[in-house]
Amino acid sequence: MARAVNNKRRAVVTLIAWAVGIAIFFPILYTVLTSFKTEAEAVASPPSFLFFDWTLENYAEVQERSNYFLHFLNSVVISLGSTVLGLIIAVPAAWSMAFFPKKRTKDILMWMLSTKMLPPVGVLVPIYLLFRDASLLDTRTGLVIVLTMINLPIIVWMIFTYFKEIPGEILEAARMDGANLWDEVVYVLTPMAIPGIASTLLLNIILAWNEAFWTLNLTAAKAAPLTAFIASYSSPEGLFYAKLSAASTMAIAPILILGWFSQKQLVRGLTFGAVK
Amino acid sequence: MATAKSNVAARIMISPAVLLLLAWMLIPLSMTLYFSFLSYNLLSPGMERWIGFLNYEYFLTDPAFFSALTNTLILVLGVLIVTTIGGTLLALLLDQPIWGQGIVRILVIAPFFVMPTVSALVWKNMFMNPVNGLFAYVAKSVGLPPFDFLAQAPMLSITGMVAWQWLPFATLILLTALQSLDREQLEAAEMDGAGPFSRFFHIILPHMARAITVVILIQTIFLLSTFAAILVTTNGGPGYASTNITYLVYSQSLLQFDVGGGSAGGVVAVIIANIVAIFLMRMIGKNLEA
Amino acid sequence: MGSITLSNVKKAFGDTVVIPSIDLEVNNGEFVVFVGPSGCGKSTLLRMIAGLEDTSGGTIAIDGQDVTDLSAAKRGLAMVFQSYALYPHMTVRKNIAFPLKMAGLPAVEVDKRVAAAANVLNLNDYLDRRPGQLSGGQRQRVAIGRAIVREPTAFLFDEPLSNLDAALRVNMRLEISELHQTLGTTMIYVTHDQVEAMTMADKIVVLQAGRVEQVGSPLDLYRNPRNKFVAGFIGSPKMNFIDGEEAAKENAATIGIRPEHIELSTESGRWKGTVAVSEHLGSDTFVYVNVDGVGHLTARVEGERPVSHGDTVWLSPVAGRIHRFDAQDMTL
Repeated sequence: MARAVNNKRRAVVTLIAWAVGIAIFFPILYTVLTSFKTEAEAVASPPSFLFFDWTLENYAEVQERSNYFLHFLNSVVISLGSTVLGLIIAVPAAWSMAFFPKKRTKDILMWMLSTKMLPPVGVLVPIYLLFRDASLLDTRTGLVIVLTMINLPIIVWMIFTYFKEIPGEILEAARMDGANLWDEVVYVLTPMAIPGIASTLLLNIILAWNEAFWTLNLTAAKAAPLTAFIASYSSPEGLFYAKLSAASTMAIAPILILGWFSQKQLVRGLTFGAVK
Repeated sequence: MATAKSNVAARIMISPAVLLLLAWMLIPLSMTLYFSFLSYNLLSPGMERWIGFLNYEYFLTDPAFFSALTNTLILVLGVLIVTTIGGTLLALLLDQPIWGQGIVRILVIAPFFVMPTVSALVWKNMFMNPVNGLFAYVAKSVGLPPFDFLAQAPMLSITGMVAWQWLPFATLILLTALQSLDREQLEAAEMDGAGPFSRFFHIILPHMARAITVVILIQTIFLLSTFAAILVTTNGGPGYASTNITYLVYSQSLLQFDVGGGSAGGVVAVIIANIVAIFLMRMIGKNLEA
Repeated sequence: MGSITLSNVKKAFGDTVVIPSIDLEVNNGEFVVFVGPSGCGKSTLLRMIAGLEDTSGGTIAIDGQDVTDLSAAKRGLAMVFQSYALYPHMTVRKNIAFPLKMAGLPAVEVDKRVAAAANVLNLNDYLDRRPGQLSGGQRQRVAIGRAIVREPTAFLFDEPLSNLDAALRVNMRLEISELHQTLGTTMIYVTHDQVEAMTMADKIVVLQAGRVEQVGSPLDLYRNPRNKFVAGFIGSPKMNFIDGEEAAKENAATIGIRPEHIELSTESGRWKGTVAVSEHLGSDTFVYVNVDGVGHLTARVEGERPVSHGDTVWLSPVAGRIHRFDAQDMTL
């Protein structure tokens, strides 16, 4: 397999790769560092990178001044809620298409995808008006509904590709062993599909957590998740770099960690299986 | 494969997903289409009336539309160029044997997981701010006057931010494609006397062509709808200098309350997205058969 | 008991008719092999018996009871799949216990039967492993174990040995035959390999294009093939077919002679030819000969015969071992 590569070349390539990697990561790193500075240090010139008085006061203040926890909770509820709801709808559909393909199955899948390609702005006005009339504006329920629907095609698609990888013979073996449809789903299909469902869950939480069109347009103070809450820092009346950084760090940290775990699924999910 | 009983079950299982998506797509879309032929402003309720294609005429002849179309193109093309070329180079780099490959990979992928509003605000304030930003500091320390990115080159600055977010996506997908290349093919080419450049252009690039196309198409779909990055940095300004189609429709519908005009714009956006979507669907469809 | 009766069974996928109509009787305790080239419908037929595939017409009865509309789970049959189809998330123990669990047997009884099956199949050391940690032969044994624990009315095997290497295949063939002797349960076995059919079967069903070409005991098919297809399919190396003038001499459109029924001489004989290739297996020698006006013939002679490429040899058919076929390829 691998050829002997001389170590000198490897050292040079390693150096370049690390330099590029750190450069790309730098804005995130700098944000995290700034979150531990005082506001004065955050805008000091020359900027300090490591040798400043580390402080946690920004984190405390962000919570005190703006009820950060509420927005964090909104993000959790909305992304988890829409993902779980999406899975409940998607798993049976994907099961049906993967194990009982019909002539139309392919068309249905393609059509589902095409709804994902609809630009949100094309339905912004009616959704806004419908939500206003149904008193769903600025509610978690409303956002859960929207995010479930916009991510449903991706969930169906991902679960479908995972189900496709389960050999049909195993399900038939279960049938021969006397399992009825329910046993088959509970004892054989579900345990085998769990890794795939888990990674779909992960990816979808990431997508929902970061969704920033509907969350910005359909929420105000009450149901605003972190995307919308952070956007409120764009007002020019005061530049609170350190607090912005603290709020940002808390907003991206959980998803950054989840994201690193789901690199592989990311490719699969976002390309609808076109690249594996 | 299937027996009659399980066929019925299969049909019942698929129904909720299909019906919900159908409703989600058809109801709002037909409402948008209907509104786009109305004179309908939220500030003067009860005054709706049918005005035919007048909304389209206003929307398409508005100078803001032309500027929004240009900005959309700049954003989409700019990001695509940076991410596909940069992504290819990064993928080639990360495919090399290096120490700490896993960690470098994680560093490179990270920007994709940053929510758009955070990314935009961090770039806007901590890097591009003409007084306190890091770029201004760098400019000053080499004796240059600070540059007000978002005021003087808003579209380019936004393109830069968005490209930073999408570069990891392109890299990750291209790297996946690159790693699926049969190493023996490269070794065969080497035995046939191909140098590194001809190996890249004759073996590696054709192998990645498909993944590159997928990257371009999927990014285009998402980039056409760029919204948060504009909203929190420039609000589309100065003037219309950084307004794209999505933002224009948003401001017309929810800032000026012109439902009719906004809907016409929405229909235009749908048509533009559909042109791209058709190509993408074909690519994915082909893969489905394989 | 485990007798299976197919009457006028049909299968069509949409407009494509795979099996036009089949009648077949499988007696209790019999080892029946469905053999035929790929695409002949043998697997489909097995899956219809299993209940994994709907029948488009006709009836299937097990022990006289019509099961045509019964689901696979309720037919009381067990099946061993080509891919083994083990449950990857369960240990060997749980795999084998699964059908018993489905049948709702008490845990004590389940343990007892799993232990007994593991003993028979030499799986005691692997009971707590997962299928992914087993070799091909061990997986095969687990699949068989899963089939035997529930004491089915009949076993169905769908090309179970095709994923094993040659040596292991011979071993497993013997094991399955022994299992049949011990259990005495009806077995239906699908394969494309005529050697498996010949060595294991009480009764062979030769299928082609969804039709039964012939049913009979291995030697019956070997000695008296009903047509040219069966004659060519059964026996290895393949039967030699000669048409034209030489066949006309025997009053047939085509004559067939098995390689083992050709005598080889370096001095004289019926047909004179040149050796193209000779394969020395030790026990036998396969000689491939080009004969002018007749074509390529294969002869199988016992022991080590010192012939090699380019040698001139004479071939003669053994009297009474010539098969004669008419223009419709039927045996005369």
